[in-house]
Amino acid sequence: MNESHHTVGESHHARGENHPAVGGPGQGVYLYAVTSGGEPPRDLRGVLDGAVRPVPYGGLVAHVSDVPLDRFGEEPLRRSLEDLDWVEGVARAHHRVVEALAAAGPTAPVRLVTVYTGDEQVRDLLDRRHDDFAEILSHVAGRREWGVKAYLRRGTPPPSPAPPPPAAPSSAASAASRAGGGSPGMAYLRRKKENLRGREDLWRAAAELAEHLHAELGQVAVASYRHRPQDPQLSGRSETMVLNGAYLVDPAREEDFAAVVSGFRDRFLDVELTGPWAPYSFTSIDLGASRAGGVR
Amino acid sequence: MTDPRSRPVLRESYAPPAVMGRESTNLGDILERVLDRGVVIAGDIRVNLLEIELLTIKLRLVIASVDTAREIGIDWWERDPWLSGKDRELVEENRRLRERLNAVEERLLAWEERTELEPGAYADDRDRQGERQGERRGDRQAEARARRLGGPGRTEPGRE
Repeated sequence: MNESHHTVGESHHARGENHPAVGGPGQGVYLYAVTSGGEPPRDLRGVLDGAVRPVPYGGLVAHVSDVPLDRFGEEPLRRSLEDLDWVEGVARAHHRVVEALAAAGPTAPVRLVTVYTGDEQVRDLLDRRHDDFAEILSHVAGRREWGVKAYLRRGTPPPSPAPPPPAAPSSAASAASRAGGGSPGMAYLRRKKENLRGREDLWRAAAELAEHLHAELGQVAVASYRHRPQDPQLSGRSETMVLNGAYLVDPAREEDFAAVVSGFRDRFLDVELTGPWAPYSFTSIDLGASRAGGVR
Repeated sequence: MTDPRSRPVLRESYAPPAVMGRESTNLGDILERVLDRGVVIAGDIRVNLLEIELLTIKLRLVIASVDTAREIGIDWWERDPWLSGKDRELVEENRRLRERLNAVEERLLAWEERTELEPGAYADDRDRQGERQGERRGDRQAEARARRLGGPGRTEPGRE
C-alpha cells in the first residue's frame, strides 16, 4: 500500500488510543455548519468518512468531524486544493452534512475546508460570534433556498426570421465569373449571418425575460440573490444560461414560487428549479475580516 | 403555439416544493455553493483562506458570466464560428482569397493554353507595346528570355 494510506492508518490508530473529542497533535477539527441546537441527525459522516459530532456552546451548536492534519494542514491543503477530484470528494461530503443538518433545522453552512486545531477553538468561535450566528440563523429559520436557472432554448427560431436570400439569377454568360458569388458556399455563409443576427436578438430578449423572471421570483421570496450564470462546463448543459438565481422562500409561498417558475417556461426559455437547498446563498457573511489578533 | 401554463408545474425530475426533493446534486451547483457562499470564517489552518480564494478564482473561470469572463480572458464563445465575429471575418477573408486564387489560376491557365494553342490570340491579349514588336509574335522563347532580362517596358500578362 502507498504511504498516505499508511499514514492515515496510523492517525486512526492514534485517535483510537486518545480521546476522540480532544484531538491529538496531528488532529484537526473540520467545521461544517452552525445550528441553533435541536436534535442533530444521527450517524452523520463527513469528510474522510469521519463521524460528525456536535460541539455546543451558548445556545449554538457547531458540527464538526476530526481530520488528520497531514491531510488538512496548510501544506497538504495547498497541494490538495489543486486536485479537482479531491475537492469534489470533500465538497460532496461537506454538502451531505450541511443538507442533513438543514433538513433538521436552521443551519448556517460554513465555507469548505474551515479547520480548527481543536474543540476549544470551535467553542471560542461560537462565543465570539454568537450574535452574528444567531442573526443568520433567525433569518433562515423555517425557510428554504431554491435555485432557479433559466436557459435559452437551443434551436429557438429568431424572433423575426429573415428568409435566406434567393440565389441570384445569373445569365449563362456571367455564370462562370460569378461562380464565387452565387455558389452554395456563399448562400450558406449568408444564412449563417442571418442566423447570427437572430441569435443576438434572441440573446437580448432572453436577458430581458430573465430580468423579469428574477424580479417576479424576488417578490414571492423573502430574499433573493442573483449569481453569475454558469459556464456550460459547470452547468452540464450546452444551452446558454441567462439566469442563475437563489431565493429564500417561506413554506407558505412555495406553491406561488413554483407557479412563477412554470409561468416563464416556454419555447423560448427553459427554466430549471433546483432545491430545496440549505441556505447557502443567504448566510454569505464574512466573519474573517475582524479576526486579526483573535484567539488561535 | 404552446401555452406555457399548460406545461407541468415542475420538471419531472424535481419533487414539488411541498415535498423534500433531493435531486439537485449537480457538482457545479455544489461547488458553487460550498466554495462561494455560506459563512466565511478564518479557521486555525490559515492557509485555507488564501487557497480557497485561489480555488474560487479558478472556479470562477468556469462559473464566470460573459462580462467577467471577457475581463479575465475567457473567450470560448469567440472561438465558436457561429458566434464569433472574428471567425466570420476569417471565413470571409479565406473565401475571398480562395476566389482570387481561383481567378489567378484560371487566367494563368487560359494564358498558357492560348500561348500554346493559339499564338495569335496571345498577341491580341498582350499589352500595347507587344504590338510594336510584331516580329516576336508567338516567339515564346524570345518572350521568356526578354522577361528574364527584364526588358524595358515589358509587362507580364497575368500579373497586374
